[in-house]
Amino acid sequence: MSIFVAVQSDDFCVASEYNELRQHASCGAVVTFSGLVRELSDNTLHSMTLEHYPGMTEQALIAIAEQAQQRWQLGAVHIIHRVGTLKPHQQIVFVGIASAHRAVAFAACEFIMDYLKNRAPFWKKEHTAQGDYWVEAKASDKQALTRWE
Amino acid sequence: MIKILFFAALRERLECEQYLLSCDGKILNVATVLEQLRNRCNNWQQELSRTDLLCAVNQQLVPLTASVQDGDELAFFPPVTGG
Repeated sequence: MSIFVAVQSDDFCVASEYNELRQHASCGAVVTFSGLVRELSDNTLHSMTLEHYPGMTEQALIAIAEQAQQRWQLGAVHIIHRVGTLKPHQQIVFVGIASAHRAVAFAACEFIMDYLKNRAPFWKKEHTAQGDYWVEAKASDKQALTRWE
Repeated sequence: MIKILFFAALRERLECEQYLLSCDGKILNVATVLEQLRNRCNNWQQELSRTDLLCAVNQQLVPLTASVQDGDELAFFPPVTGG
């Protein structure tokens, strides 16, 4: 299986990632997920800054991809996470999975996102019309891990 | 020396990004280091007593019972919010 992990300030191209993922022999399914900067309900979000722990972040993402590979037979896993300042609707994260059949690719994609949200050292700070706020971790994200235990 | 790093909201509230702690060649556990840090001042006492604090030794998430020694990189941070 091939694992590709990147933590970068640059944007990514979903089409390029998809085209790479679909080259993997014996893979009949590609599932991709993109996470975007969501507007706040009152439309006051100017931008968001993503901080991370350089070094640990990359290791954590590789470890999550390897865990997914131990659970399922996967052809390729791509994880890209952006850092720095992003505006509403910009891309934050990409997860792409190539596997023989779709069920495994969907499951692995959800597994990776659930673990990324709980284990990868990234932190979001929102810059809004009312001020700057660190985003609080959600109990629902923690709860999501229980389905894999 | 143990290199201690703080991230995100914790770094801002402590007004500290990096802290070096001498451990005289001893092996300590993370909880002991945390107790020493809490004693620095009231603000550190409060911020480093949060029950949701996460900890990494040499860039691996660990429980507070983990050991640290000279040359290790120890990090404390709030729950992560990526994705």
